[in-house]
This record gives sequence, structure tokens and C-alpha cells, in this order.
Amino acid sequence: MKWAVVQFPGSLDDDDALYALRDVLGQDASVLWHKDKGLSDAECIVLPGGFSYGDYLRCGAIAHFSPIMKSIARFAADGGLVLGICNGFQILCEAHLLPGALTRNRSLSFVCDTVTVRVENRHTPFTYLMQHGDLLRLPIKHGEGCYVAPEPELRQMEERGQVLLRYVDSDGDQSDRGNPNGSMRSIAGVANERFNVFGLMPHPEHAVEAMLGGNDGLKIFRSIAASVAG
Amino acid sequence: MTPVPIAGEPVVDSALARAHGLTGDEYALIERWLGRTPTFTELGVFSVMWSEHCSYKSSRNHLKMLPMTGPRVVSGPGENAGALDVGGGWVAVFKIESHNHPSFVEPYQGAATGVGGILRDIFTMGARPIASMDSLKFGALEHPRSRYLLSGVVGGIGGYGNCVGVPTVAGEVMFDPAYNSNVLVNAFCLGLAHKEQLQSACARGVDNPVLYVGSATGRDGIHGASLLASAEFDEASASKRPTVQVGDPFTEKLLMEACLEAMQIGAIVAIQDMGAAGLASSSSEMAGRGNMGIELALDKVPLREAGLTPYEILLSESQERMLLVAEKGRESELIAIFKKWDLNAVTVGRILREPRWRVAWKGKLVADIPVRALTHEAPIYGRPAHRPKSNPAACGKTPVASRPTPKEALRALLASPNVCSRRWIFRQYDSIVRGNTVVGPGGDAAVLRIKGTHRGVALKVDSNPRACARDPYLGTVSTVCEAVRNVACAGARPAGITNCLNYGNPERPEIMWQFVKGIEGLRDAALAFDLPVISGNVSFYNETEGRAIPPTPTIAVVGILEDVAKHLKSYFSVPDDLIVMIRTAAPMLTASEYNALFGSDSNEPWTVNLNRERRLVEGLVDGAERGLIRSAHDAAEGGTAVALAEACFNPHQTLGADIAGLESDPQLFGEGASTVIISATGAHLEDLRRLFEPLEVTVLGRVTGSPRLIIGEEIDQDIDDLRLIYEEALPRRLSSND
Repeated sequence: MKWAVVQFPGSLDDDDALYALRDVLGQDASVLWHKDKGLSDAECIVLPGGFSYGDYLRCGAIAHFSPIMKSIARFAADGGLVLGICNGFQILCEAHLLPGALTRNRSLSFVCDTVTVRVENRHTPFTYLMQHGDLLRLPIKHGEGCYVAPEPELRQMEERGQVLLRYVDSDGDQSDRGNPNGSMRSIAGVANERFNVFGLMPHPEHAVEAMLGGNDGLKIFRSIAASVAG
Repeated sequence: MTPVPIAGEPVVDSALARAHGLTGDEYALIERWLGRTPTFTELGVFSVMWSEHCSYKSSRNHLKMLPMTGPRVVSGPGENAGALDVGGGWVAVFKIESHNHPSFVEPYQGAATGVGGILRDIFTMGARPIASMDSLKFGALEHPRSRYLLSGVVGGIGGYGNCVGVPTVAGEVMFDPAYNSNVLVNAFCLGLAHKEQLQSACARGVDNPVLYVGSATGRDGIHGASLLASAEFDEASASKRPTVQVGDPFTEKLLMEACLEAMQIGAIVAIQDMGAAGLASSSSEMAGRGNMGIELALDKVPLREAGLTPYEILLSESQERMLLVAEKGRESELIAIFKKWDLNAVTVGRILREPRWRVAWKGKLVADIPVRALTHEAPIYGRPAHRPKSNPAACGKTPVASRPTPKEALRALLASPNVCSRRWIFRQYDSIVRGNTVVGPGGDAAVLRIKGTHRGVALKVDSNPRACARDPYLGTVSTVCEAVRNVACAGARPAGITNCLNYGNPERPEIMWQFVKGIEGLRDAALAFDLPVISGNVSFYNETEGRAIPPTPTIAVVGILEDVAKHLKSYFSVPDDLIVMIRTAAPMLTASEYNALFGSDSNEPWTVNLNRERRLVEGLVDGAERGLIRSAHDAAEGGTAVALAEACFNPHQTLGADIAGLESDPQLFGEGASTVIISATGAHLEDLRRLFEPLEVTVLGRVTGSPRLIIGEEIDQDIDDLRLIYEEALPRRLSSND
């Protein structure tokens, strides 16, 4: 299938996403410059991690005004698959393609670590090859990953199954200890109501090779590819 | 045409020169070079270019003693950074640099811009930065300013490095009262380039245009090099805060991508970062290397605010700026690339045949100086160096307290700020971006793979000021040994050295003596390991109110793994593996962390046998390549018992160790000797003995599946309990109120 990774000024994990897709998974992945308007004919758009526009003003706040974001909003409205990782998740929230917002970590510090997340809904393109309750070990690295949303909205999201990944401890339980940034309800990743836009703070593109600490991230990319292939 | 003073400028005389940090003799020399009184602008430029920081006037004679060549050296000292052939068509470009003075005055920005500066030195060479590390020295954690400085420096390193997308993969941190009034922040960066893509900082080609790219110029950092980095601290130092630059990592990221892209089209003749002394140094140094002249038109320089004088424009240390010499006629191609990244890119001058440094502003000539006067012919001093009558107190000495039991000592050492886990620090750094980090922070050396090959590089930075305070020669020798050994413990073959030499005021003979001994130690150790010193930096004047830091040569070593899959971990992983110890000498408590905690009157004689050190390193590398070694861990602060505990801290499973034969306090907690703890299957024991000959391979015990560290009769501790002490010590100390 055809993938495209968007490059904003200040994107950092764009090369890593491309490496995971092309070199590890053998997928067809191209780069889209933030000033582009066309999306080539990608079937899944990846918004990578990083510090787009230096994260000045607010994470993702400036990037969502990039010319390409208008095209991506249309693409998403037409049902196209969009995956936002870390800063990409922040941009999708700023662009209101995903509910909620990402705020400063509870510790007030940047945190780089490996966390365990639990799959909460397997009926989506992004979790297509997983089971409910599967545990994934994925790296995180962010200063603003504390997920917040109004309580009524959170309840609705939970009811609809929009929470796809939750931080858990090594036993697989939702707990304060397993929550690295203070996210409400330990939310690590959410989808929109149509389940074609997904944002997550952990970095699946950094978990694609055993030598570099694990390859659980492949499950997300492979799920997307398998769901597109039907 | 002769440069003319600008209306409103101060009158130049010897008093003004003195206020600029120039001596009477130096001022007279300037007048001889010019045959006239310098303009105010020229005086400012001379003062920075002849500052210790830029000219290395006290150290240059001695640095020549270092071995700088070797079959792998592609580029040695003299360029922005050194370059080493690491095989597979790749060169590693690396360097370490200090940002001590700015970090003490303004810790966040000081450390941040230290990271930014070293990154630019690497990508200026045409290499993509793939890893950073830092060597940090703070005062005692109890000191009121230390926590502020620690959180500021760590925040600055993370804030800059994380945003620019270069992983921080290793480092070292020490807390000692000797650094209460002078912190050290030494930043290292390594980049990779294809050999044929390496760039030069040597101007060529008459009439080639000179391009200014990156951020606009402001008033920040003026005289950072001369007034801040080349003088001691006193009570008024806080007033020098405006001389610290402010970093913008976002612009740095754009500048890095734009430069690396621009280098692909082959239109850049020379390129240099505008670091210390900004536009003045980058322009004159590039011209000096090529024995050319350069002409600058300051009206073209992008400015942040109106009204900057030529003096300010030339000396500004605003960050994220580069100067490059382009091939004539191709400047528009380059400018288009920088515009794509929304960066300034303007032609500000050209290269001259006549080797003069000429600056025009508003139609007037404001400076006209022979290039060599600013660069090669800057004064060099053979400063007097004398051994002090009595060795100044080694740092960390405390009165002898009551002796703890071995169990108590182990637990106390694991909680000591100089031993305990650095997770609180490195968790704030992105250590994985760019996807090459095979071994990140927390081990002996970091290991990074080189994409598209089976190869890898290992890197580590070390220093040992306690040993250097005892004996500046042997201390430096053993620091080199430690860094080399750490790289070998990762299974990598050591290949090159970079160094940052931090000392006090070189105008004092006893400090100069420490420095000369340090250079001799670095030279002898580098020669013994056949390692070239490919880049480096000297930081003098690390003293406050007459009290200098202990001599602190910081040594970074880079090693090569031909097969990165054969790298070694630092921790045990298989129950029933043999645990063996290889030592080069008997350990001692003198100058150890044990002594710093519990006091001691010991002062044992000390030697380092470089032949034995080399055998140890060769054995480790050969053993790793032949698959004879499962894990290797170097015993550092806290000695062998601490190293055994650390080797039990497997992040994936709980294992233990059952050890015999380490009975005395020096055996358990002594330092000074090189000690490596290895785990291997019993079947490889005889091979290991042959491998390390004539060093003795001592079998200490076995890895166990039960979670206890047992050492003889005296120590029997739960591993998870020890791990908790080790992991929580630093955050606990930082959150406590005492």
C-alpha cells in the first residue's frame, strides 16, 4: 500500500517513520512537504513526531495552519487513514481531527522511557491484527503528553470505543505507576468517531527492531496495511 | 584608504585595550601590526581573536605534543571537528567542547547553547549528527546553588537536544564541593558523513561570494569569548549574564537540514559556524586557513534590531548562524535551498587575493587588518609552569569517621550522588531519535548502529578529577584508560580520542603545571593505545576568587564495532554463567568515593602500567568479537562491589550473584586499579585465561537465578532492594528539603 509521511519544519521522527515503513516493512512511502497541497495518492498519511515549528506557542498549534493540513482534513473527511504520532497527535488535536488536548506532563519534565500500553479496542484499522487486552511495549519521549478532555466527552469516547491504547503497569493494570505523564484515564491513544484518524503519544516507529529494544510497533503498521488490504 | 573612527565611539587607547582584556604588550603589538591606532571596531575584534578562548595562546605550544595522526584519521585538529574513518565508506566526525562559564552564569541557556555550538561544529563538516553526550560537574548537592544549576543545565541540554532531534545517549555527572563555584559543562557530538562529502573551513577562490545564513544578528553574547570565557569569576560575574547567548533549537534544526541539503549540490567551497566571536572569527579563520583575504559589507547582515554598530555586529554571538564561501555564480542555487527552509541567506562579502580582513559599513571602511594578525600570528605564550610546593587538597576529603560494615558501605555507596542511577537526568533526554541507539544511557558506553551496514560505533566520556588532583599526570593517564576501557566493555575497538581540558587560571604557574602534566598524560596514554587525538578544546580560568577547580581533563573515546550485533551489555543475563574479574593492579581506597563518604588517612603510592591496560582492552575487544564474553562492566566510583551490584541490575529480569574472594574494604570498594567484571559460560574460561595473558583472570563466582547479591560472609542483599536504593537516590535527594 502507499504511505506518505508529512515533513513539517521541526519534524524529527519523519526519517524514523520512513525507515520503519520502507526499510523494515518494505512499504511504498513518500515524503510530503508541509507547503504541499496534494497528498500524492497515499492511502495512509503519517504525521510524525518532533517539535514542529519548535513547538512555539503550543505544541502543534502552528503546524495545523500549514497548507497541507487543509488537504489532510479533506482526506480524513473522505475516510482516508491518518496516523499521528506524538507531535503528530498534538497537531491532530489542535486541528480538531481528534478530540481532547495534550498538556504538560504531570512531572513538568520531558520524559523518555519505554512504557506498556494495553489495546482497548481491536475493531479499528490501527489495531486490526491485535486482540483486546494485548500489551505493547513502546517508547515515549515527550514533554506534553498529558491527555485531557472534558469528562462528558471522555465518557462518550469510552462508550464509542475511541480510546484505543491505555498506559498500564507491567502487570497490564491501569494504575498511577503505569501512567507516565498524568493522562486522564491513562489514555495513550485515541481515534475519531469514524475510526480513520488515530493519534498516540508512544512511538511505534521506534519499536520495529529487536536489536533496538523491541518490535511491538510493527503491529500497528501491519494492522493498518492488513486493514487496507482487507 | 584607512579605516576611520565612527562618530560617538570611545577613543581607543591602552586603558580601553586593558578593559578589553588585552595586555599593554598586546596592545603595542596591535599598533605595530597596523602601523596606527586601531579603530574601536578593530580593537574589539583583536580582543576576541586574541582571547584565550579563541587563540589558545597559553595552550597551543603544548597541544602540539599530542599524537594526531593515524591510518583512520581523515581530518585532525584545525578544522571545525576531527574526522575518523570508521569503515564501510563512513567517517565519524566528533568533538567535545566546554560551555562552563556561560552555564554557571545562566545554566539553562548556557548548557543549551553549548549543545547548539557543538552540533554546528559537526554538521559544518558535512556530517549528520547522530549522538550527543555530556560531561557535567556540579558542586556538592547540599550546596544551595547546585540543585538550581543541575536542573537548569539538564533542562537546557534536553530542551535543545530534544528539539533539534539529536539523541543524548551517554554522559557522566559528578558532584563535589570543588565545583561549588565553577560548574563544568562539556558537550560532545558525533556525526556521520560519507568520506567524499566532508566539508572544509578553508576559503579558496578570489571573488567567491561569502554568504551569511541562519538567524539574524542581535546583541546577545557580545564578548562571551573574551570577557566571560577568558577570565576568572568574582562577585560581579552575575552581571555578565547578558554575555550569555540565547538558543533557538528550532532554527538550529532548520539550519542543519538546510546546510546538509545545500552541501549536496557541491557549490560550497568553505563553511564555518559563527560561534565564539561570531562573524569576526568565522570570516577571519576561513580566510586565514586558505591564506586569502576577505571583504565584508556589514550593511547586508540581517539584524534583529536597527542601530547595531559594526563592533556589535562583528562580535555578536547570536546563535544558529553560519558563514559560507560559495562558488561564484552558484550562490542563487544555495540561497534557494535556505529560503525553502525559511532561513536568511544573503551575500555579505567576497574573497580577496590580498590576505587582509576588510570590513565596510555605510560606505566607510571600519576595519582593515592583515588576516594573519588575527589568526596564525596571534600571541602565543610559553607560560611558566611549576609544581606547587604542596599538593592542594584533593577534592572530596573528609575526616575519618567510624568504619561502616561492608553491607552498610555498599548501600551507602549505591545511594551516593556520584554512584547512583542517573535515570532522573537521562530520562529528560530523547535518547532514541534517529533510530540508531542500540545501547543508550545507563551502561558503560553507548552503542549506535550505522544504518545500511553491520557496523556500529561506541562512545563514552570520562573524567577523574580526584585522581588528577592527586597527580595531574597519572590522573589523566587513568582517565584515558577508563574511557578506552568503557568503550572496550561494549565490545568496540577504540579508534580515536577527543578531549576537553578544564583547568584554572593559566597565568598561575601551578595551574600551568597541572595543564602540562595533563597534556603529557594524554599524550602517553594515547600513544600506548595507538589512538589519535583528532579534536579538542581547552577551557582555562575555571576559578572563582582565586580558587581553581581540580584539574579536569575530560576524555571522550569513540570505538568501532565491525559487527554491531556482537556488542556487549554491561549486565548479567544468564544464570550459572561464570563471573570473572580482570584487574591491572591492586585497588586502593585513596581518592575513592568510599573515602569521600567515610574519610580515610590512606595515601598509597600509585602507578599505572599502560602495557597491562592495553592487554585488558585488547582482551575485551577480541573476546567480544570471538563471542567468548556475555557481558562486561567496568568498576568505577564505588569499586568492585558496586560494579557487581550494577551488573545484577538487568532491566528485563531479576538475577543475582554469588561471589567469594573479595574480603577487604580495598578489594570491595577500592578504585585506582582497572577492574572489569565479565560474565561468560564456564566453557570459555580457559580461552579467556589465554586471551588476557599475562593478566590474571580471577573467578569470583556465578550468576544466580535467585534475586540476591551475596559477597562472602559479609554481604547478602536483595537485588530489588539495592536497585531501589540505586534508582531512587537522586530523585530523593533532589526533592528533599535539606
